[in-house]
Amino acid sequence: MTNRVVKLGGILGLAGILATPLPAAAQMFNPTTYTLSNGMQVVVVENHRAPIVTQMVWYKVGSADEVPGKSGLAHLLEHMMFKGTSAVPAGEFSKIIARAGGRDNAFTAQDYTAYYEEVAADQLELAMKLDADRMHDLSFNQHDFDTERSVVLEERRMRTDNNPGALLYERMEAALFLNSPYHRPVIGWMREIERLTRDDALAFYHRWYAPNNAILVVAGDVQPKQVEALAEKYYGPIPRADTPVRDRLKEPEQVAPRRVTLRDPRVEQPALSRLYLAPSYHYGDQDLGAADSAYAIEVLAEILGGDPTSRLYKELVVKEGLASSAGASYDPTAWDYGTFSVSATPRQGVNLDKLQAALDKVLNQALSQGISPEEVAKAKERLKASVAYAKDSVETGAHVLGEALCTGQTTADVEDWPKRIAAVTPEQVNAAAKKVLDRRWSVTGRLLPETPRPGAKPLPPIESSREIR
Amino acid sequence: MRRFLPLALFAIVLVLSGAAPAGAVTVEKVVSPGGIEAWLVEDHSNPIIDMEVAFRGGASVEPARLPGLAYMASGLLDEGAGPYDSQTFQGKLEDMAIELSFEAGKDNFRGHLKTITDHRDTAFDLFRLALTKPRFDAEPVARIRSQILAVLAREQQSPDAVAALAWFKAAFPGHPYGVPTRGTPQTVKAITTADLKTYVARHLARDNLVVGVTGDITPAQLGPLLDSTFGKLPAKAEAVTVPDVTPKAPGRIDVITRDNPQSTAMFGQAGLKRDDPDWYAGYVMNYILGGGGFSSWLTEEVREKRGLAYSVYSYLEPLRHAGLIIGGVATRNAEMGQSLALIRDQWKRMRDQGPTPQELADAKTYLVGSFPLNLDSTTSIAELLVTIQVEHLGIDYLDRRAGLINAVSMADVRRVANRLLDPAALEFVVVGKPQGVTPAP
Repeated sequence: MTNRVVKLGGILGLAGILATPLPAAAQMFNPTTYTLSNGMQVVVVENHRAPIVTQMVWYKVGSADEVPGKSGLAHLLEHMMFKGTSAVPAGEFSKIIARAGGRDNAFTAQDYTAYYEEVAADQLELAMKLDADRMHDLSFNQHDFDTERSVVLEERRMRTDNNPGALLYERMEAALFLNSPYHRPVIGWMREIERLTRDDALAFYHRWYAPNNAILVVAGDVQPKQVEALAEKYYGPIPRADTPVRDRLKEPEQVAPRRVTLRDPRVEQPALSRLYLAPSYHYGDQDLGAADSAYAIEVLAEILGGDPTSRLYKELVVKEGLASSAGASYDPTAWDYGTFSVSATPRQGVNLDKLQAALDKVLNQALSQGISPEEVAKAKERLKASVAYAKDSVETGAHVLGEALCTGQTTADVEDWPKRIAAVTPEQVNAAAKKVLDRRWSVTGRLLPETPRPGAKPLPPIESSREIR
Repeated sequence: MRRFLPLALFAIVLVLSGAAPAGAVTVEKVVSPGGIEAWLVEDHSNPIIDMEVAFRGGASVEPARLPGLAYMASGLLDEGAGPYDSQTFQGKLEDMAIELSFEAGKDNFRGHLKTITDHRDTAFDLFRLALTKPRFDAEPVARIRSQILAVLAREQQSPDAVAALAWFKAAFPGHPYGVPTRGTPQTVKAITTADLKTYVARHLARDNLVVGVTGDITPAQLGPLLDSTFGKLPAKAEAVTVPDVTPKAPGRIDVITRDNPQSTAMFGQAGLKRDDPDWYAGYVMNYILGGGGFSSWLTEEVREKRGLAYSVYSYLEPLRHAGLIIGGVATRNAEMGQSLALIRDQWKRMRDQGPTPQELADAKTYLVGSFPLNLDSTTSIAELLVTIQVEHLGIDYLDRRAGLINAVSMADVRRVANRLLDPAALEFVVVGKPQGVTPAP
């Protein structure tokens, strides 16, 4: 996801939390939910450790809801949401929050756009007033639009064009999704961002931004009744609108494994990674497996590459000594497809072909010999244990619940996650492995220096860029 | 085994719940029977315990010939200790969902432990083993060495990292701060197991240790754990004198050519150490100049008015032996000269004109009011406890902080701006293919 401001320290923190498949335990977040008369869903998570509160407004619209040719529009609109209403002049939003001792930011992903403020508990009303205002009364001038588009172009250069690893990942996703709108990067293609107009942004806003397409999540030192009353007061009067139904293009049957090689003179550390198309919590089909196989795939990811005793790390890094790091991860939180990824960083002098052969050997063994019941039991325990920390920070619950609700899940799905992981059987894990680890539905990415040199050095394990914060 | 009566556990409880900034946080000073001190914030709302520790020293006390030694040691303490080889040790952490890690910075060697209450004793014992009985077996040493070499190679792909390494090298010639904390490929390859053992034996000791704990644990439970965890460490760390130093920043502009569409710059000059009497004035001043995001002058001029960058900022970096004010910006090559000129202009404006009374008031409101937002997890609270101790801010700091910031006057801000900000001497390292930027030696 890409956001308005890079939070220097915070980025890794949250990315780390979200990289582990951590939706809640039963009684984990224990949210209180209700729906306003205009259709806006409200979720409250109490956490009374400190007198602080996080308000998040999540819109069920992201880059995958753009039309072809307008890539980057959802994200650019996110930036423009700080550029004024009739009540709040351009640029004032963040300053008002700061003067109240608060912080604010926003982020955009494929399936959602979210805005948040962290404030003292007694400033929640101010945050609500401001976010409710821009939900229905956004207006900005041409000059501010042009300037902000330049900012976004700089953002793209910084995140992607200046970074060969990110550039490769973007092209791998484009190759993985032949037809799905996940094909295009959240930040957009350079040449399309350059051509976005003020009218495009306002039309997108009017089409998608409405209380019935939004979710209010409030987490922290609050009482649900008090939140309900404030939400009725500020968001309640905003009229509902006919927002579009998400009906996105789906993938054809994939028959050819793809390989994307980026040779770039800036590369110092080669890298190998692969993305497989997978079901998500919300979407599945006969080729990829049903949506409920997502839980078995999470267990599979833990066994193959969740940590330093996982199969990939143990074989490629510890035993064979071919890689300095290796892992697997699975992102099941999506309206459409999930992605399963494996990656490895070669040690100095190890070429990528050799590393890839070793990686495929580990994956093939998992398929041919199967995953043992003991491995499954242990992986399930580890996943469950990780949940213990989810409730610790105020922000985590708000983020997990907001993301889930924007990608077709319910709060009950989130709360049931530990139960569903506990119910996964070894048979389900092995069946899911056979579906997911199918090279025909994959893209292998190779990052190399421009001039191949013998003994070239190892790139960062590709991280999921579903959410670029 | 000899049995003895446990000595009385000293728990000096300072109730700091008071008013404003710290909210409900109460800091307790716990001194173990063996005399080891930790600061504790009890929080029994979740069955989680977080411990953060710091050993003063870090990379600045490693031998000059071996940059990267402390960093490599930090990567290996959790890779096998006592009776457990690397895979066994890591397996125990994973099975019990214990987070245990170490990280070496320029001034401190830090450790992190997080566990659920059920595994408390095991977690502390693994932490003890990592600190006092690290094995440094051949396989993990080779593996972590390869990981660090990969990190160093990746740093060379990152314009931010390239700029920062070059900036510190130029600013601190002949001083440990000028040397890369993660080492160089040459030194990382040269580090031996003996070097690693020597670093740990000499620099992780009780007299340079600081401990912060937060979560589901009482002083009575923590006291004995402090002794069992840290009691076997050497009493004293080896004395290494790191000289105080002023960064060399005569106003050079160094351009490192990279085939990037956007140039990335780091800039800076001498700032303030944390114990400087002007610290709070400088902190408030920097918020207005470049620390305050959309409320800062740098963001207003470079991003909001002209769309020249996604991110532009400055901050105070208080190292133990040098104070810095540094910042960063990234702008398309063709306009980089304009961004650098604007940054110098704002430096000059702050020195010559200073902020408006409203800007000063807003800065103080934010810096006081936003502080409790940092108390949002056990880890962040425990880290704060360590920082307060490392910087000698006093156990009542959380209660005094708001007053220290509110006391900053316009005259203070003007004085500190005049003292620190010298636009002509601002030192830039630019990575990319910038236009309109003339390298100045």
